[in-house]
Amino acid sequence: MKTTKTAFASCLLALAAAVTAACGGGGSRSVIQNKGSDTLVNVAQAWAEEYAAVAPGIAVAVTGGGSGTGIAAMINGTVDIANSSRKMKDSELDLARGNGAEPIEFVVGYDALAVYVHPDNPLDEVSLEQLASLYGEGGEIESWSQFGVEVPGCGSDEIVRVSRQNNSGTYVYFREAVLGDRRDFRLGSRDMHGSKDVVDLVENTPCAIGYSGLAYATDHVKMPCVRTGEGGDCVSPSVETAIDGSYPIARPLFMYTAGEPQGAIREYIGWVLSDEGQCIIYDKGYAPRGDVDCS
Amino acid sequence: MPELAQAADRRDAAWWIDRMVQILVLAGGLSAIVFIAGIFVFITREGAGFVFDRFDFREFFGSPRWTPTSSHNPTYGALALIAGTASVTGLAMVVSVPFSLGAAIYIGEFATGRVRETLKVLVELLAAIPSVVWGFIGLSIMNPLIIRVFDVPVGLNVLNAGVILGLMAAPIMTTIAEDALKAVPDTYREAAEAMGATRWQVTFRVVLPAARNGLVAATLLGVGRGFGETMAVLMASGHSINLPTSPFDSVRALTATIAAELGETAAGSDHYGALFALGIFLFLVTFAINFAADVFVRGGQRKHRRRGRRPAASANP
Repeated sequence: MKTTKTAFASCLLALAAAVTAACGGGGSRSVIQNKGSDTLVNVAQAWAEEYAAVAPGIAVAVTGGGSGTGIAAMINGTVDIANSSRKMKDSELDLARGNGAEPIEFVVGYDALAVYVHPDNPLDEVSLEQLASLYGEGGEIESWSQFGVEVPGCGSDEIVRVSRQNNSGTYVYFREAVLGDRRDFRLGSRDMHGSKDVVDLVENTPCAIGYSGLAYATDHVKMPCVRTGEGGDCVSPSVETAIDGSYPIARPLFMYTAGEPQGAIREYIGWVLSDEGQCIIYDKGYAPRGDVDCS
Repeated sequence: MPELAQAADRRDAAWWIDRMVQILVLAGGLSAIVFIAGIFVFITREGAGFVFDRFDFREFFGSPRWTPTSSHNPTYGALALIAGTASVTGLAMVVSVPFSLGAAIYIGEFATGRVRETLKVLVELLAAIPSVVWGFIGLSIMNPLIIRVFDVPVGLNVLNAGVILGLMAAPIMTTIAEDALKAVPDTYREAAEAMGATRWQVTFRVVLPAARNGLVAATLLGVGRGFGETMAVLMASGHSINLPTSPFDSVRALTATIAAELGETAAGSDHYGALFALGIFLFLVTFAINFAADVFVRGGQRKHRRRGRRPAASANP
């Protein structure tokens, strides 16, 4: 009776502190807590499932909630690894250092942000300048005729801008990559609460344009290629163009740990960065860190 | 005699159970007060830092610019959010007041027997549909429908959210309005009918005026419901910072802003405090609405009691 109780208590402690600790009873089993970005949550889940076969003694518990939530939990010590679709902010780094641990950053892959339009929309290409003028404050573009296209089913010619809620990693990255550091989004966009919602709305709305992770693409939306500058090539979003760096709005995806990872956590991250782990992120529609052969 | 007193004063199991139940019921009653006070203290404490240090009354209530995550110039203007909530709630009332009053009058004054019971159950069932399901209907059915019927660029707008919210608020308004009609003493109806009034005349000239306070209270509670509703509005309104000029403009509600942004906001930051300031504002508004509804309900009850007591005096001037 007593041993069960102590085992249970140590189990609770292990969960609470998110330290890898053996929970009594049968074979010892460690739990790695992993939390953060909703963009990464599907991949993180897949990694965790596959890893159970690689290291049966280790369980990886994955939760979403957003990049900011994951980083905050990592700083507070309630999770071992934070997933993030953006770099840590200076204020977050200071907080973590204040708690006595230097955050360590790992790039685990890349995500191309595709521009989505309705399948009936004849728009085939768009430049970064046009996107900035469409989404940025003080921008000029408001109607499809300014793009030189006439969209069937969109009688009003008005562009319905679809964006994300203002603290998502995707929103922050798009602002940096397309609008620049000092420019804000123009108000009045439809701010969806999730990567998939953007694609859903664009799919049902002929006048709409939106941006979201390439992994959320469906057969019912169209993705125009994106051009950098006047004479630049127009590059279609794909895993390949994200790997070779030619697609202009691809962002790195991160994992963060508080201090240099040790033991099981280090092994797990090592496996995520290995060819086997990188093929899983490729399968989920994201770009791996480098050339891997996944056939 | 002492034996009798002792027998009456016995403290056996039944006495203790009685006592315990009494305390439990009292605790249950007090818990409502404790919770409401707790919620108020919590949101005020979290929002206090922002309200006292950073809060700018003119910006908050006068500017539509809500850009809390701007890298160089964060602003916290809630005017567009307030206008969004108000426009959606207003349209919802236009939809739900005729529906729910009509339903209440039919159920309360005209329907009888089976029809009446079935209708009452159906109205209550309508109230049990989760708001996320309503939001889903708004997103996937109403959106394409509005685009097709009105030929507008996007169907996630004031009209969509207002209709959805109106249908959501209608059941609770129907139930309360029907209670208000039921509270009108039958002597009123009998007196009117004895004077030769038709059913319509009885309903419109006698019952409705007598139940006026209760009906206003029902409407106010519907307004409160609309103000506080989150999920359906988040999904159907378009979630776009905008001062609406037509029912086809997308808007953003106060509640939806809190729901969408709080999850990824660093605790203790200005943005976090600003969201709690929105919460305090919402709390005060819904509190005022519910309080007003309560005053109206009480006013109605007093009137009936007074008039009900002396029908003879008024019949014989």
